[in-house]
Amino acid sequence: MNGMFQNLLHNYEECVSVILFCIGFCMLLFDRNLLKKVLGLDIMDTGVFLLLADRGYIAGRMANIITDGITDASYYINPIPAGLVLTGIVVSVSVSAVMLSLTVRIYREYHTLDMDALYLMMSEKRKGGRV
Amino acid sequence: MTIFRILLLTGLLVCAIATACTKKPMQAVIIYMAYSVIMSVVWILLESPDLAITEAAVGAGVTSILFFLTLRQLNLIDRDQKKKKDEEQEGEHE
Amino acid sequence: MNKKDTFLRRWLRGEVEFSALLAEPVYPTPEEAVPYEPKENKHVAIRTLRRSRTGYRAAVTVLCIVFALFMLLVIGNLPQYGAADAPTVNEVPQRYVEQGMEETGAVNSVAGMILDYRAFDTLGESFVLFTATCAVTLLMCAAPGKKKEEHVFEAEVVRYDNDPIVRTVCKLVIPIILMFGIYVVLNGHISPGGGFSGGAIMASALIIYAIVWGEDKASRTIPKKAISLITLCALAFYACSKTYSFFTGANHIHSIISPGTPGRIFSAGLILPLNVAVGFVVCCTMYSFYMYFRRGEL
Repeated sequence: MNGMFQNLLHNYEECVSVILFCIGFCMLLFDRNLLKKVLGLDIMDTGVFLLLADRGYIAGRMANIITDGITDASYYINPIPAGLVLTGIVVSVSVSAVMLSLTVRIYREYHTLDMDALYLMMSEKRKGGRV
Repeated sequence: MTIFRILLLTGLLVCAIATACTKKPMQAVIIYMAYSVIMSVVWILLESPDLAITEAAVGAGVTSILFFLTLRQLNLIDRDQKKKKDEEQEGEHE
Repeated sequence: MNKKDTFLRRWLRGEVEFSALLAEPVYPTPEEAVPYEPKENKHVAIRTLRRSRTGYRAAVTVLCIVFALFMLLVIGNLPQYGAADAPTVNEVPQRYVEQGMEETGAVNSVAGMILDYRAFDTLGESFVLFTATCAVTLLMCAAPGKKKEEHVFEAEVVRYDNDPIVRTVCKLVIPIILMFGIYVVLNGHISPGGGFSGGAIMASALIIYAIVWGEDKASRTIPKKAISLITLCALAFYACSKTYSFFTGANHIHSIISPGTPGRIFSAGLILPLNVAVGFVVCCTMYSFYMYFRRGEL
């Protein structure tokens, strides 16, 4: 147990990424504004990316650009998380673009971004449709 | 270097919490831009310059532009100013 | 042959009218919109909503705390931050770094990895971007033939091309940004950067142009057909240039094109053209996102 707390102190950067993830998660689920929800999802994304990149970092080594012809692996950090995160960043932008255009359409239909008002209006619409 | 790193991470946390706590979407988007810029410096410290360039161009640039455009589509920017302008115009007509 | 007309059959015969789907319904302007008032059982509905919201909040809080504790537990048992003997530092990254330059010819091992060893991954990502563009097109597309003045929520159009400061600075800055974007794309295998970041930088130059000189002029300068053609050609080129690994039994490490001298611009085999293709796809995607959000059409 003591070792675990020691480890948590050493892994403070990963702890920050977990906290970022949780902030984004709370924004996504608590905030009633649809735009803030999209922002929360983006923050969640960056939390995940930070965790991935932290796992690839090795203290005292260089970035993955081969300099001076040294091809020894013990000089460079791990390239795999960098490649994964590079993919993820671009995908997260396209996800937020799709979500923002959905938000615009919802606003045009209902004239509100508030989740509770949307919920009430939608349930009423459903009832109206049934009758 | 560790102190700089900790400062940056604190900045990240503060920006994230501020984004969550701001009521106006416009302010939240601007704070999110700052968050992305800090994030790109963090990538440099993590020895991933590829990620830093991509985050600065995509995260801080294009995403924020998309958010601003959405706000504009929803008429959430400068609503008060526009109202004022409309009132002035009406006054001129009279 | 009077079978049931399924949607697929009608679609295959070309009888399905998609323009009705694409057409934008006429929305009331915010001033005309009737403010929302629950008609029946207003108090009951609001009370139910409040009660369910309290339960929802409690559930989410518990979920979030459990989530956070679990993840912190995992992190407490991870190997130390920055340790060189972590299990993730195994033979795979070693191979990518030590033999990557020899096999792919790329000085930047990340570029060599994502565009050569794992090129299918990046192809899938380009298609994610393409799909996102399609979705945004469907959602934001203005009705065909509809005039721009009727476009509902368009705030008053602010043009900056009469402002001498903005115009002069933009004339100076836009070519530099575009140049930097092209530089980042072309040097993707030598220095940090590559298709994704360079494409986004080029797109930002185009977006500045569209902001300052107005969307109409931008869409005349960069026509809709050019954007779709470039995206299509880039994606098709990417897909075709990586198909040869099917014939070599997915062993596309030994490329037909020689890697060349590492460090030169024309080296690294297929990585340079693939970077250019990805850059074009990203640039067109970001620019068309802007145009659809701003104008409703390309």
